[in-house]
Amino acid sequence: MTQVSMRVDGVTYTDEVEPRTLLVHHLREALGKVGTVVGCDTSNCGACTVHLDGQAVKSCTVFAVQADGAEVTTIEGIGSAGDLHPVQKAFHEMHGLQCGYCTPGMIMASIDLLKENPNPSETEVREGIEGNLCRCTGYQNIVRAVQQAAGEMAGRSDTLGAQA
Amino acid sequence: MTVTEDPAAAEVAPEREIGKARRRKEDARLITGRTTWTDNMVLPGMLHLAVVRSPVAHGKITNVDVSAALEAPGVVAVYTGRDLADEQGSIPCAWPVTADMVNPGHPSIAVEEVNHVGEAVAVIVARSRSAAADAIELVDVDYDLLPPVLDMEQAVKGEADLCHDHIESNTAYHFVFDAGEAGTGGDTEQAFADADVVVSRRFVNQRLIPAFMEPRSVVVQPQGDNFTMWSATQIPHVLRVMLAMVTGVPEHKLRVVAPDVGGGFGGKLQVNPEEVIALLIARRLGKPVKWTETRSESLMAAHHGRDQIQYIDVASDREGNVKGLRVRILADMGAYLRLITPGVPALGAFMFPGIYKFPAYRFECDGIFTNKVPTDAYRGAGRPEATFAVERIMDELAVELGMDPLELRRKNWIQAQEFPFTTVAGLEYDSGDYDAATQQALELLGYQELREEQRRRRESNDPVQLGIGFSTFTEMCGLAPSRVLGSLSYGAGGWETASIRMLPTGKVEVVTGSTPHGQGHETAWSQLVADQLGVPFEDVEVLHGDTAVSHKGMDTYGSRSLVVGGTAVVKAADKVIEKARKVAAHLLEANEDDLEFSAGKFTVRGTPGTALSIQEIALAVFAAHNYPEDIEPSIDADATFDPVNFSFPHGTHVCAMEVDTETGFVKIRKYACVDDVGTIVNPLIVEGQVHGGLAQGIAQALYEEAVYDADGNLTTGTFVDYLVPSAADLPHFDTGNTVHVAPGNPIGAKGVGEAGCIASTPAVVNAALDAVRHLGVRDIRMPLTPERVWRAIHQGGDGGDRATAGTNAYGGASTESTAGVSTPASSLGGDL
Repeated sequence: MTQVSMRVDGVTYTDEVEPRTLLVHHLREALGKVGTVVGCDTSNCGACTVHLDGQAVKSCTVFAVQADGAEVTTIEGIGSAGDLHPVQKAFHEMHGLQCGYCTPGMIMASIDLLKENPNPSETEVREGIEGNLCRCTGYQNIVRAVQQAAGEMAGRSDTLGAQA
Repeated sequence: MTVTEDPAAAEVAPEREIGKARRRKEDARLITGRTTWTDNMVLPGMLHLAVVRSPVAHGKITNVDVSAALEAPGVVAVYTGRDLADEQGSIPCAWPVTADMVNPGHPSIAVEEVNHVGEAVAVIVARSRSAAADAIELVDVDYDLLPPVLDMEQAVKGEADLCHDHIESNTAYHFVFDAGEAGTGGDTEQAFADADVVVSRRFVNQRLIPAFMEPRSVVVQPQGDNFTMWSATQIPHVLRVMLAMVTGVPEHKLRVVAPDVGGGFGGKLQVNPEEVIALLIARRLGKPVKWTETRSESLMAAHHGRDQIQYIDVASDREGNVKGLRVRILADMGAYLRLITPGVPALGAFMFPGIYKFPAYRFECDGIFTNKVPTDAYRGAGRPEATFAVERIMDELAVELGMDPLELRRKNWIQAQEFPFTTVAGLEYDSGDYDAATQQALELLGYQELREEQRRRRESNDPVQLGIGFSTFTEMCGLAPSRVLGSLSYGAGGWETASIRMLPTGKVEVVTGSTPHGQGHETAWSQLVADQLGVPFEDVEVLHGDTAVSHKGMDTYGSRSLVVGGTAVVKAADKVIEKARKVAAHLLEANEDDLEFSAGKFTVRGTPGTALSIQEIALAVFAAHNYPEDIEPSIDADATFDPVNFSFPHGTHVCAMEVDTETGFVKIRKYACVDDVGTIVNPLIVEGQVHGGLAQGIAQALYEEAVYDADGNLTTGTFVDYLVPSAADLPHFDTGNTVHVAPGNPIGAKGVGEAGCIASTPAVVNAALDAVRHLGVRDIRMPLTPERVWRAIHQGGDGGDRATAGTNAYGGASTESTAGVSTPASSLGGDL
C-alpha cells in the first residue's frame, strides 16, 4: 500500500492505496465520488473523464498514485444545482443528454475543449469530443450544447444562431 | 378550502403543456453527478461477485477446480454450476413462437457443457471487487472440446455438427406466416408464377451489440426472507415475476428496483444469468452482494441483436406494380433462448411488406442455434431487419425495371386516403401520409441540387461519387394489444398501468409501470398530467422503477411508453377528475351535471365566479370533514390501459452519400428525415429520440458488427474493435415531422423510440449503392467498411467474402464458409 494525498473538488484526502488502483476506482470506491463513472476497460468511452491539474484525463488511464499531490476536479466539483457551470446549463438547455451516463465525462471533456478553443466550429466540437462515446443522443445536441456554452462563456448570446 | 371568486383568472386557460419543449426534470441530477447508478450502491457487509467465463465456444466441462481460488486473500466462497444446479432453474423464454419450438434450457451457470465463449462457469465471492477479479484466473476448468457451430447456413444442412447434442437439430423452430392461408392475401406461389419480373436477393443483417453506456450491474440485499434487488434493467416488473418463477423466491418476498439506468436499447430487456446468480448467492450467504460487469464482459456475455440471413424475392409486372413478396430467413438465436430471443424475428414477420400494397406474401423463418451468445431485443427488434430487406429489395426492383426508386415506391405505397388500411400481413395501419413526409424530406435534403451534383460527378468520372438513398418506412409500435400478443404465443400481456395520488398540499404523485432509462418519462408524464388535471408542471412528481412503489407494470421497450403507459396516466387522471367531481358538487352545493372542469378548476355552469380547484379538493378529502356520504374520502385513482391495435409511425429518410472509389471510404454528405410519430408531447425529446435512433441505424450500416472467428471467439470484444461511432463519425441530421394522430389512444401518439434506428440503415446502404451502381456494384455487405466498399467496386461481389480473417471487414465465420481461414483441426486446437 502507498499513501496518496490529493485535493478533490476542493477537499484534501489522504489514503492508503494499492499501487495498481486506478484513479477512477479510488475516486468512486475510496472517496465516494460516484458522479464519475466507468463505461469501458480500454479507455475508449471517456465516461470517467475528470480534470487533473486542470487537464482533462480519462481517470481509468491514471493510477491513483500518479495523482498524488494533484488537484482533481470531477463533475461534482464544477457546479451545483443552484449554480451550474455554463456547460452543465447548456447540456440541460440543448437536451444534450438522455440516459446521462456519458454526461459527466462529456461535460468535463467539453470544458477542457472550450479552454483550448473558446469558439469551436461544429467540426471542431465533433473532433474535440471524439474520445467520449454517447449511445443515446447521436451527438447533435451535445454539439449544440458545447457551442451554446461557448457563447455564454464568451458573453455572447448569438453563438448558436450564428453557427448552427 | 376556499372558494375562489376571480372570474378573470378562471377564464384564462393556461398554456398547454403538450407540445411544449420542456427541459427535462431528469437532467438536474445527471449533469451534476448526483446519480443513483446501481454500481454506486454500497451496503454494509456487501460482498463482490466476479464471474469465471468460458474461453471456449463449445465443450463438455470435465472438471472445475476451485481450491486455489478459495485460498486467495479476501475470497469468501466460490460457486460452480454444479453447486447451484438444483436451484438455478433455467433462464426463462417468454415467447415460444411455435407449439413445437425446441428450448434446450439455459442454466445461469453452465453445469455440464458450455455453449458460447463468455458463458458463466463459476462465480467468485470476495470482500472486494479486485479480490474477486484476482481470483478468476485461479479457477481451473477442464473442457473436452466440441466443434463449434457458427455458420447458420452450414448448421441447417444434414450431418451438421450440433450446438446441443441433447436435441435433434440446430433448428429451434420453423415459423410461417402465409397471407394466402391467413386470408389476408392471395396465393404467393401463383403470384410469382404469373409475374413479369422477379428479383431475388440474399441479404446479411449482421450481428450487433446494444452497447448501452452503463455496464450491467446488480445488487441484492437479503432482509430476513425478503430480498431487494437493484439492477440496471429496463424491466424491473417483468424481472421480479420471472425471478420468482425461476428461483422459487416468492414474488411477494422480492422487490426489484431499477434506479438510474444508463441506457438499454433492448439490451437490458432481459432476465440475466448474473441477476439469478446474485439472488441465489445472496440467499445462500445471507449477505448483500454486488456484481458489475466490465465492458469486455458486457460485449461478450450480454445479449446481442439482429443476425439474420435473409432470402427475399419480389414479384412485379413490367410497369412496377408489385405482385408478391416472399421471405425466408435464418435467424441466429445464439446458444440459448433468452427472454424473447425467438420472438424477435417473428415480430419482424409482419413488417416485411412495409408500406406497400403487396397482394401476396409468404414469410418463413428458421430460428437457428449457434455457439454464440444469445440474440434478443435490440432497438427495433425484428422491424429494422424487415425494413432493411424490403427497402433494399425495392431499390433492386427499381434498378431491374429501370425506374426511379421513389417512383416505384410511390406507385405501390398506401395512399393517404386509404387509411385505415389492412395490409397483406393482417395489420391495420392507423394513419399517415407517405407522400407528404416524402415531399418534406426531399426539400430538407435539397434533393434536386444533389441529383444534379451526382450527374456532374458521374459525367466527369470524379473519383468521389455521390449517391442518394431512400427509406420510406413504417413500424408497429405501442407494444401491444394483449390479445394479439396472446395470439402470437407471447407469455404476457401488453397493457400498462398508472396511479395518481393527490397529496394534501395539492402536489401530485404519478406512479407509472413504464420504467425509463433515458427517455424522459418524468418530464413527459408531468406534461400529460399538468394538462389533464390543470396543475402546474412543477407540482407533478413521477415515480417509477421500484416494484414496492410501482407495484405492477410492463416496463419500457417497443416504443410503448407514451402510447400505452402515457395513456394509462391520462386515464388515471380522468378518473381523478370524476372522483373529484362528486366532492366538488357537494362542496359547491351544485348538481354534478352542472359542473364544468377546465384548467384545473370546477365551475358551476351559469354561476360565474364560483370555482374550486382540484388541488383544493385534494386537501378537502385529506381533511375529510365534509364529503358526500356515499363515497370514500379519496380522489386518488389508477388505470390500466390495454390498446386494441398497434400504432404505426412512419417516415421518409433520405441519405446523400459520398463514396471515394479509390479508397472505399464513405461519408454521409447529408441526412434528412421526416417522421410521423403522431402527437408530439415534447418536441425536444422527440427530436432527441430520432437523433439517437439515427446514430444506431447508421452505425449498423457503416461501423458496427459483432464478429466471431472460426473458433467462436468474439473478436470485437472491446470498444477498440466494436465501433460505436463517436461525434466525428456521424453527420448533422436534418429532421422534421408530419403529424397524423394515432386514433388508438387519447394522446394520439404513435411512439418514437425506434423510428430512427429502423429507418436509417437501408437509406444509408441504398445511398452508397446509388453512388457506385454504374460501376457494376449490386450490393455491399454491412457494415460498409472502406475495405468492403473498395472490394465491391474493384473485385465484384458484396465485398464481404474475401476480407482478411480477423479484420472487422471479415464477416466470415459468423455467416460464411470458414474454408481457408481455419480448419476443423485448428478450430479445436489451443491449450484451453
